[in-house]
This record gives sequence, structure tokens and C-alpha cells, in this order.
Amino acid sequence: MIGILLLLLVFPFHTEVKGTNSIIRLGVIQIQPADICKLFVNLALAKYLSRIETNFSQPRSQLIAAAITLVPALISIAQSETGLALVYFSFFLVMFREGLPPSYLVIGFSLAVLVVATLLVDKNILAIVLTGIAFLSIYLLRRQIKRQRGLLATIVIIWITCVSVQRFAVPFIFTKVLQKHQVERIFNLIGRENPYANQNTVESTEVETEKPKKVDDNYNVKQSKIAIGSGGVLGVGFLKGTQTRFDFVPEQRTDFIFCTIGEGFGFIGSITFLGIYFFLLMRIVMIAERQRSVFSRCYAYGVASVLFFHIAINICMTIGLAPVIGIPLPFISYGGTSLLTFTVMLFIMIRLDADRQMVLR
Amino acid sequence: MALFNQSRSFIIRLIFGVVFVIIVLQLFNLQVISGKYRQLAMNNAVFPKVKYPDRGIIYDRKNRAILNNTIMYDLVVTPNEAKKIDTQGLCELLEIDTAEFKRRMLDARFKNGPFRPSIFEDLLPPALHARLDENIYKFPGFALVERPVRVYPYNAAAHIMGYIGEADSGIIKRSKNFYRLGDYVGRNGLEAYYENVLMGQRGVQYMIKDNKNRLVGSYEKGAFDTAAIAGRNLQTYIDIDIQQLAERLLKNKVGAVVAIEPKTGGILAMASGPNYNPNDLTGPEKQKNYGKMALDVAAPLFNRAIKGQYPAGSTYKPIGALVALDEGVITPSFGIGCAGAYHGCTRPVRCTEKFAGHAANLRTAIAWSCNSFFCDVLRRTIDNPDYRNPRGGLTKWKEYMGKFGLGRRLGVDLPSEDGGNMPDTTQYDKEYRGSWNSCTMVTLGIGQDKMTVTPLQMANSMCIIANKGYYYVPHFVRSIEGETKEDTTLKRYRQKHEALTHIPDDVFEVVISGMQDVVNIGTAKAAQLPGINICAKTGTAENKMVLDGRVIQLKDNSMFVAFAPRENPRIAIAVVIQNGGFGAASALPIASLIMEKYLTDSLRAVSVKKAEEIENTNLMPSYLPRMQYKADSTRATEWFKITGDSSYIKKYLRKGASPVMPPMPKPKPKTNITKVNAILLPDDQFLVINHKKQP
Repeated sequence: MIGILLLLLVFPFHTEVKGTNSIIRLGVIQIQPADICKLFVNLALAKYLSRIETNFSQPRSQLIAAAITLVPALISIAQSETGLALVYFSFFLVMFREGLPPSYLVIGFSLAVLVVATLLVDKNILAIVLTGIAFLSIYLLRRQIKRQRGLLATIVIIWITCVSVQRFAVPFIFTKVLQKHQVERIFNLIGRENPYANQNTVESTEVETEKPKKVDDNYNVKQSKIAIGSGGVLGVGFLKGTQTRFDFVPEQRTDFIFCTIGEGFGFIGSITFLGIYFFLLMRIVMIAERQRSVFSRCYAYGVASVLFFHIAINICMTIGLAPVIGIPLPFISYGGTSLLTFTVMLFIMIRLDADRQMVLR
Repeated sequence: MALFNQSRSFIIRLIFGVVFVIIVLQLFNLQVISGKYRQLAMNNAVFPKVKYPDRGIIYDRKNRAILNNTIMYDLVVTPNEAKKIDTQGLCELLEIDTAEFKRRMLDARFKNGPFRPSIFEDLLPPALHARLDENIYKFPGFALVERPVRVYPYNAAAHIMGYIGEADSGIIKRSKNFYRLGDYVGRNGLEAYYENVLMGQRGVQYMIKDNKNRLVGSYEKGAFDTAAIAGRNLQTYIDIDIQQLAERLLKNKVGAVVAIEPKTGGILAMASGPNYNPNDLTGPEKQKNYGKMALDVAAPLFNRAIKGQYPAGSTYKPIGALVALDEGVITPSFGIGCAGAYHGCTRPVRCTEKFAGHAANLRTAIAWSCNSFFCDVLRRTIDNPDYRNPRGGLTKWKEYMGKFGLGRRLGVDLPSEDGGNMPDTTQYDKEYRGSWNSCTMVTLGIGQDKMTVTPLQMANSMCIIANKGYYYVPHFVRSIEGETKEDTTLKRYRQKHEALTHIPDDVFEVVISGMQDVVNIGTAKAAQLPGINICAKTGTAENKMVLDGRVIQLKDNSMFVAFAPRENPRIAIAVVIQNGGFGAASALPIASLIMEKYLTDSLRAVSVKKAEEIENTNLMPSYLPRMQYKADSTRATEWFKITGDSSYIKKYLRKGASPVMPPMPKPKPKTNITKVNAILLPDDQFLVINHKKQP
């Protein structure tokens, strides 16, 4: 019942909010609608998945679910909040739980591997390797292929897709879709020169202006690693970190807040801290599993996924495992909207959990 | 519908778990395994601020500070804070224009960034400092910062004391990075030789800096700080009065004075001319002054007392006699008949004295400086039957010279001493292809041929005679403040060296009497002092050099060595004046005045007058302006070739810019000279060719 009510409120509201700028100023209060939107998308998705008429094994409903998550993501990108846009991909975990075929996950994972490989390995070598794999699988499966002509076609199609992705799609994304600084960040992470930097003649004037930013990004991660690394096993003590206290790490109140913890409390402190997060996530998943209603379960999984995505990406970013994406660490980073959103999300879940006996579905 | 998807919950948990494990592993890697981040963090945030100790002070024998420390001021600027100031006013105070002001501000920004102070103008002259001090409040962002500076209160002893300068990359490398860029180290003289004593111990203050490199406080409340320990002082043998007098007397002359206390080997004074004021190399003008001096062909930076190499001339004669006596090839009563020349070899060697009996025995031969006698003595030494052939004799002779500290570095406590030259068999083999005999080198007996010595070595050999056979290595420093067993530097200066062992004292007395006769009846009568028995020897060496492709006969080098009083020697002295004429002409009066001042503690009225007279005598060689012109114009040409900048070369292209060569006596056509193509000889390396005898 609560879900339906909320959902009715959500749709007009969330589309309305979406149309505005990334940050709304209401007097002294600043609100980042993209942040709050996570909550509404979560509710909407849960509502859609819990409808009786939704059969999630049908591609049509899968597409609708994807649209619910990806449309706000696209709008976020339009507001140049790429980091938050990526968060919406975490909802695929929810869909996976609700019956999304595992092949999606496998394909997504393979694609990710392929993209990373494209970045790391010389493109001609990669093409040869891919061709080699294709021939090898044809050779190994030659008996089945004799019986079943379609399999050969599938292998060839997969091969063509792979090569085209590494030949055309990745360069296209890197030169046309992503912004310059994002590309730089990614290449900074893997420690390579950006091969696409000079291909884009249109933005060549921008290259100059982006240059210092590149150095800055590198600087952020370096300083952040230094700060965390200097914490050692036991840390230097609360508020005693030289790196964080004197602003060597930029953005340390918001995105790089984990540095402060890493430096102040060391390895032991960081592990404890991560343990608490992990406990929280496990607890949410447990709550999710004991729900009777699909809505509640979906919602709880949504909360877990979003939290997980935030935590993982944020910490990975500070320790140099992920590219720098501006997303906050839940409950820790400075930023009112984020704190509010996560709190509301958690409380709605608790409320739903409290009412779990009352709901039939 | 979703019940059959229960297992997927596990997969999701697994994904969560795997990602967390990866994070934990990376954290473990960063925080526990890798140690470099802690170091990096220290580099980031902690700035070891070096605290420089005061360098040690150098005192003379009467405890007067010859080298001291003082405070000077630098004007520093923090570019970011220096905004909206009265630029014009500041420029007027500093006497610079606004373009220069802007350039310096940019430099400061470039050097240390906008948030940290950089030097705007260093080592302000006192008058400028006073003016700025009054007005500094008008210029926010500017401040006056103290800097300790070396000061030489007596304006003397430049060559002895040396100077300090910033450590260059070579020094830093050699010190295995002990020194850092910007550190001051002794670059010459005692400052360099006793660097590790004078330097003291640097202290470190650990400061915390922020991301803009500003210092914001001390690290861990100074728990790791170390205090700076001041450098230790040096007590020297120098008598600054004597030193000043020596430098005064060497004014406008090329030459050197060395005075040693024979009993200890302590150097009382050491001067080299031309000289410079040591304070010129400490103040704000030091770069300019240094450049000027380095380019001067008269080489004021060159310490001729330890690096100038001169033929010993007649001053060698007493030493030659002692060697022969020690070997037993002559006795004090040995004598020859000389009628104005030595005819023992194919080419005669002239002697100034002709009257019969002036070489009747050793004493008279020294007193009259008989060339024939000492040529004969040298040949007897070389042809000593004990060693079968001249080769053995020469080797033995060279060994004796080594014992006298000739032909090798003595080991004085100054850097870059030169050893002079005493020829050995290889040198003659090379020149005469192995066929030579004692006649080849007969003029070695009168301090010529291939023999060169430094003024320090000459003074030291006087010490040996005065001490009747032993010496201490000449040195300046008597003691180091708070000396411990680890200070090994002075050990070797306290060790007695026996030069001669086979000569009884009464035989020494014969040589010493001969030297006293030089003063009483011989060539050095002018050196007499009332009531003091002085033993001395004059020397004169001929000079030639090649300039503009022709050989010029130069005025003789004037030399004088002495010690006094005879009974209890307190001072041994050697004076060399380049192109000063006879030994008695210019070197003698200088030595005489110094001895008088040291032994009687004052100068008689007549001596004061004499000192003034000498001070105002200009004996600078007449070829110097020509050499300077050639050096400068050559440099300008090189500069033009490298840079294409003709501003320097222009003034040399004008007609009549070249100083006209002063008339020089033509060389004797007979003399056998190898033509030397080198136009520019390094300073002081006059081509000394074919020296003949002289008294």
C-alpha cells in the first residue's frame, strides 16, 4: 500500500525534478536532485518489478526495467554528473536477483574485459588473439558445427562484434562520448598515455586547457595513496595525519574522505570501517530475503546495490583501483543531499521491513 | 515469481564479498607492505629546516680575531603578500628601475613560488640596510632577514684565510651529499683546509608545511630536532701586525713573503703580491670582485707563497754545502782557488768575485757567494765515489732535497700547495737521452738549471739551518679549540723531521757563520739590525719570457732568505720579488723590516720611513698591461665567436687601443732559445731560460 502511494507521488515528481539543473539552490540549501533521484528510481523499479503482470523473463519487460534505470542516468549525463549516472547501473544487480538471465551479466563482464583489454593491449595483437580464439573454438566445436550450422554463424558473429568493439566502438566512445578529463582519468589509472588525445581535432584547442587538469587528477590519486599508505598498520592517530590536515589531498571532505580514515586509523581502522559497511550490506540483503512482498525485496536490494556501488567505487578510487569518479562515500562524505538520500532510503526499507507481515504479495 | 531465484542472493553476496576482499588486499598492499608511502608523506609534509651554526673564529698568536662572523641582512619578499605597494618608492630606495623590480619579482615567484619568501636583494650594504629598516613597514611582503657573514677585521691575510662560497655540484658529490645546494663551504685557504673544524655541526629543525609549502609549525613539538653546534675556533701562529706589514710592503709588487718560527714550524706571516682585500669576497659585491680578480693577468687570487715557483738562485748555496758536508765529500776547511769563473766543465760559469782567497774555505765561500766553489761542491756530490756513477749521486742528492722539503709538497695546512721541482735522473734522461754527467747539471750547485722552489720551501730550509738539522712542517694552526683525539689534522705538524743527521753542531756553525758574514761584510749589509745577529743569503735569478713571439729579457728576480737571532732563532724568512733586481735591492729591505718589527716589536723612525718608501714603490712588471690586453681581447674574440655578440670586441678593434709595448732590453743574440708559439702563457709561468749565476 505504501509503495503504491509513494509511486504515485514519484512519477510526476521525479520527472519534474529531472528537468532542472544538477544542483538546485533553495535559498541557503543546495539540493542535488540527481542524488535524490536514486531513491525514486529505486522505488519505481521495485514497483514495476512487483507488478503481477510483469513477467521478467520477457525481453519487453526487461527493456522497460532498463529504461526506468537508464533514462535518469542519461539525464544525469546531460547534467554532466557522470559519476551519479554510473550508479544507476547498480540496479542491474536488482534485476539480476529478480530473474534477469545470467547471460546478461556474462556478456556485460566479457564486454568490460574486452574494453579493458583494448586499452591495455596493442589493437593489432588483440585482433590476432581474438581471431585465434575464434578459430580455436571452431576447431574444438567442429563436430557440433557439422550437426548444427547455426553455431558457426554465432561464433563468427561474436568474433565480428568483438573486433568491431575493440576497433571502432572503444575509440568512438573515448573520442566522442566521454569527456576529455574522463578519458584522461581512465588512462591515468592504467598508467598509459592517452592514445586518443590527438585524434580529436575538434577539441584540440581544449586539450591545452585540459592539460593541467590531467596533472591534477594524477595528483589527487597520488596524494590520496600517499595519505592512505602513510597510515601504516595502526595509523597516525585521529586528527594527526599530516597529509589530510594540511590539505595535500584535495576534495578530502567529500570524495576523498576515505584518506582521512586511512591515514588516521591505518590498516586496522580501515578494515574495521570496511567491516561495518560489509555488515550493513549483508544485513540489508538478509532483510531483503525475508520480505514477502516482491516490492519490498526489490527495494531492499536496490538500497544494497546503490550503497555497494558507492562504497566500492569511492574507496577503489582513493586507493587507485578505479578511475576518479565524483561519487560520495555513504554517510561519511560531506554533502547534505547524499546523507539525506541514504538515510531516507534506509528508513523506508526499515519501515517496509517492519510491515512485512502485513503485505500479502 | 522470484522464489526460484533464491540462489542468486548468494551470488550477489559473493560479488559484494569479492569486491571487499579486493579492496582489503589493496589496502594491505598500500598500508602494510609498501613502505614508500610513509616516506613520501614525510617528504610532503615535513620540511627539515637546516639551522646553520656559526663558523669558527680564527685568532692570531696574540688572540686577536683575524676572521670573525658578523650579521648582514638580506631583503626577502613573499610575492603573494607584496601587492599594492609603493613600487616606485622601493625602487628609489634600492636604486633600481621598475623593469628590474618586475624581473626580480618574477624570479622570486619562479624560485620559491608565490607563498614563500625569496631573496630580493642579498647582503645589503650597511647604509642601504639602515634606510630600508626605517621604511620597511611601508612595504608589506618585504622583510629583512639576518644572515651570518664572514668578516676579516684586519683586511689582511686573504690568501691564508681563504673564503667561503656556495657548494657546487662537484663538492656536493664528493661529500656524498653531506652538503646541499646553497650550503656555504670553505673554498680556499684555512677556511677550506679546516672546513670540518670550522663548520661546526648543522642542526635540523623539523617543520610541518602545508600544501602551498608554507611552514605552519614544528613537527611533533620538536622531538626530532637537533641543535646546531657552533664551529670550533682556531688558534694560529700568525702575528697579524707582521702579516699586515708584509702585505703593505708587497703593495704593487709581484712576489711573496713567508716568515716562520723555526722552533715550531708555525708560520708568522705569509703574503703574496698582488694582494686583495679579503672582505671583497664576502660582501654584496663578491661576485663582481671575484670575476674581476679572476680575469686579472697579475693573478691576485694566486698565492705565490705556496704556488709560485722560482729558481732558488744563490739562496740554495748553504743547502748545497750542508748536503756535501753530510755526505762527507767536503769538510769545512775545503776550499778552491777562484779567479772569476769555474772552468771545471767545457763552458765556464762566471763568478762575481775575483780576488784571491774568497773561496779559501766554506765560510768565506758562503760569505762571498762563490759560484765556482759551489759548482765544484755539486760535482763532488754528484760524482761521489760511494755511488759509483753520477746516476747514483743524483739520486742520493734528490733524496737529500726531499729531506729538506724541496722538490715536493711540504704539506702546509693550505689547499693546493705546489712542490717546486728538483730534477732527478728520469728528467735528465729524457732531455739528454741518457747521456749526461755532473757537468750537465753543474749550475744546480748555484740554484739554477731545472731547480725551482716555492717561497715557503725557501723559508723552511732556513728553519732547518737555524735549527741545525731539523724542522717541523710549516703550518698556521697552533691549536683547535676543544681538541680531541679525533682531531688528527695537527698531529703531523707536531712531528719533528730530521733533515740531516751526520753533521755535528760545530760544522753547522761554520755554515751559519758564513751566512752571518753575508750580513756583516757581504752582499746583505743593509740587513743589519743593531744588537741582533742576523744570518742571511741573497739571491738573484735571471728572467726571460716570450711575449708577442719575441724573447724579452726581464729584470732579475730578487730573493732574500734569513733567520735571526743567530743564537736563538725566532724567525726565518724568505722574500721573493719578481723583477725586483738584485737580491739586496728589493727583497732584502722587506725582509729586514719584517724581522725588525717582529724581533723588536716596533720599527725605528728610519725604518718607518723606509717602509713607506717601499710601499710606494711600484715594481709591477711592465709587460702586464700588454698581457692583460691580449687576454681580454682574446676572450672578447672567443665570446664573439660563440655568441655573435660584438659589444665586447668593439673596443679592441679601435685603432690605438692596444697599449704600446714598453721598450725592453733586447735579448743577447747568443742565447739559445727554443721558440715557443704559445702567445699567452698562464700567469706566472714565465719562461725561465738559461739562468746564469748571480751573487
